[in-house]
Amino acid sequence: MIRLDVLAAILAMAAATFACRAGGYVILRAIRVPPFVQRMLTHLPGPLFCAYVAPALAQWGLAGWIAGAAVMAVQLTTRSMAVSILSGVAAMAALQALG
Amino acid sequence: MTFAAIRRGARDALPLVIGTFPFGIVVGVISDAKGLSMAETLLMCALVFAGSSQLLALELWADPAPILAAAIAAFAVNIRLAPMGAALAPWLNRLRGWRLWGTLATLVDHSYALSAADMQRGGRDAGYLLGVGAGLWVFWMVAVALGHGLGSVVRVPPGHPLYFAAAATFCAILAAFWKGVARDLAPWVVSGGIALLLWWAGLSQPWPLIAGALAGAALGAARSEVRG
Repeated sequence: MIRLDVLAAILAMAAATFACRAGGYVILRAIRVPPFVQRMLTHLPGPLFCAYVAPALAQWGLAGWIAGAAVMAVQLTTRSMAVSILSGVAAMAALQALG
Repeated sequence: MTFAAIRRGARDALPLVIGTFPFGIVVGVISDAKGLSMAETLLMCALVFAGSSQLLALELWADPAPILAAAIAAFAVNIRLAPMGAALAPWLNRLRGWRLWGTLATLVDHSYALSAADMQRGGRDAGYLLGVGAGLWVFWMVAVALGHGLGSVVRVPPGHPLYFAAAATFCAILAAFWKGVARDLAPWVVSGGIALLLWWAGLSQPWPLIAGALAGAALGAARSEVRG
């Protein structure tokens, strides 16, 4: 079952995402983008995920910040997303069990 | 573009699946929790194929589907792919037509990272980029389908630690982008701080995300300009 409003949202997401994937190659080569904008683009990923993660962790209270820090520490040492994510869930479970 | 390069890319994608598979299961479970059918979930995965943006869009999901918010979320999260495509121009310039646009459609962080490394080693075949992307796409579809199936079997109460997997995934992605205190600390703190303030002030996503991300990126760019 595919609803029309859901289909429209998915197609809009797909179009926006393809514009990002192809647009960089098309635009950044065709026109001269100001150097500051190019620098902003190279600095975007970290701040972008920070701006997502901060409210997401805040929703879980203090346990969220502790478990989030644990995930980052495990990711930096193991470089494995699977291990990091599972460690975060385990840390959250332990923190909830402790109250 | 050769078949050998595509196959080499797909083979190199296999270890990465260990990392993307749990993420895909999370996307599938959340997609089910937000009321999307299996067909809708797989269509989104097949066409969007960008986990972080799918997860963010699902966070904002409502009934009827938030068309504009989902598109803005996808654009805001995936704009990071734009400079990657530009950086791969030496490979992409040799492609025409569906090979060019089809290869670009599979671009993800992992395939960019492996391809940039291959390019530095003297690789010249964009088939490698396509192979990594296509390999990840296949397992992404399987993982999300599995998650969606599990989601309707297992009822997980709100606040369960399993739901922390979504935030944990973003923390892991974030850590993977860390390049050191001098470059990243100030932009990251500013970005997270602004997002938190706006979120506490009652603004819904994606506005705290966009404001925080742009402020942090601008600060990072300005500081790198000062340093030369």
